[in-house]
Amino acid sequence: MFKTVYNWIDERLDITPMWRDVADHEVPEHVNPAHHFSAFVYCFGGLTFFITVIQILSGMFLTMYYVPDIINAYASVDYLQHKVAFGGIVRGMHHWGASLVIVMMFLHTLRVFFTGSYKAPREMNWVVGMLIFFIMLGLGFTGYLLPWDNKAYYATKVGIQIAESVPYLGPYIQELLQGGEVVGAQTLTRFFAIHVFFLPGALLAMLGAHFLMIRRQGISGPL
Amino acid sequence: MSESYKAKERVVYVGDSRVRKGNMPNVPADYTSYPGKSEAFIPNFLLKEWMVGCVVLVGFLVLTITHPAPLGYPADPTNGAFIPMPDWYFLFIYQLLKYPYLSENYVVLGTIGIPGIAFGALLLAPFLDTGKERRFYRRPIASSLMILSLIACVYLTKVSWDHYTHELEKTNTIPEHIEREEKAREAAMAGQERPNYTKQPELPAVVDAGDPATSIIQAQCLSCHGTEYEGRGNIPPLRGVGDKYSKEEIAEIVTNGRGGMPAFGEGKGGNVELSAEEIDQVSTWLAKQKAAAE
Repeated sequence: MFKTVYNWIDERLDITPMWRDVADHEVPEHVNPAHHFSAFVYCFGGLTFFITVIQILSGMFLTMYYVPDIINAYASVDYLQHKVAFGGIVRGMHHWGASLVIVMMFLHTLRVFFTGSYKAPREMNWVVGMLIFFIMLGLGFTGYLLPWDNKAYYATKVGIQIAESVPYLGPYIQELLQGGEVVGAQTLTRFFAIHVFFLPGALLAMLGAHFLMIRRQGISGPL
Repeated sequence: MSESYKAKERVVYVGDSRVRKGNMPNVPADYTSYPGKSEAFIPNFLLKEWMVGCVVLVGFLVLTITHPAPLGYPADPTNGAFIPMPDWYFLFIYQLLKYPYLSENYVVLGTIGIPGIAFGALLLAPFLDTGKERRFYRRPIASSLMILSLIACVYLTKVSWDHYTHELEKTNTIPEHIEREEKAREAAMAGQERPNYTKQPELPAVVDAGDPATSIIQAQCLSCHGTEYEGRGNIPPLRGVGDKYSKEEIAEIVTNGRGGMPAFGEGKGGNVELSAEEIDQVSTWLAKQKAAAE
């Protein structure tokens, strides 16, 4: 049955080569932790992606309860944390995952740096990877405000003050992020939009480019 | 896909597009040139990587279950005493901006100068470090710059964190998310409902607002307890305080302080010392602050 459906689609769209390319490409011995234990350092990129998937899924569930306005934001997080079944677990995964994704990405960056894997012909992939790094930091910064407790509020206030001190562009960045005279209702909705739509969109595009390039070029050879 | 083109045609296009078909096949390199046991990505390799993934996932879930995500008290823009703290991965830059030559008049150096050079160099690393050599010990400049920046980041993060914990100690503050969790636990142990910070309780009206004692209270107490006697954050309101404490208890708290509240008694080491008579006036008035009898 499944096979018939698959063949029916495959006849029309020729989907086999797409997944065959991903599934069948050869993974060399020097990155395989089953052959050399030290090759676990090559897992950090995959783990970053794994945690990113967890972040996206847990974030999707969080938005089912979260309300991005200054009156209800804290109350909705409080409700989510204490009243919703497994809400505390999902929020915990999103909270700790945010730190873990930074850790994993940092380790992945260090691995690529110290194995010199960013060298020609893989320069573009390194640059895209760094952009992913900055997007992740942006996600961390905007996500921090959303629970709307004092820690969130004052960290954002300080962060925006720092951005404001940038010459020439500072006041514009401040206005873009803050949306008004003070960190308030506008800031929260803007940070929510940036955290949930703008940055994840950019992140997915960059991840797509990152994976496409690694597929085209293959992983760098052994040292 | 059926590739139908006539061999006679001089220009051959890719599919139905106007892109000329070149003779440069972009076939990913296979690893037959590397000696060893390469294997297919799915399922062979992915299953092995998944084992590493499982170890990480178990650690992650243990962390999540043992450490609930922190949540403090609702944001209060008028709270002047709150010590701001960004998430840990921003601490290095937060600390960098505290140094005198990277802040105030030189803040451009702190926000754009040093981070710009560091992150710019990181972003453009492949164009700065263009040698063919890949091993880190054969690339002493790139490697040592990276190691130095790593040490600097770790150092700055540590200094920033120490500074924060020191400030907490100095001001005798428990971080709000910890205090909130402890109060919730205490309430649960006592069989009460978890304190709810999301709705403001109705406060009783101020009793006898024209009393001369209020001038002392306005001068000394309201900067923390709120200009409408309504309390602020975890600082309790003064309205209705007479329901909680007797006059003697209030006098005791004012004289000796309690928790984050300074002592106001003579010789108690506070910044402000009130005479016994003043404290008596204040506590007499505060003890009258009871909810109207219904």
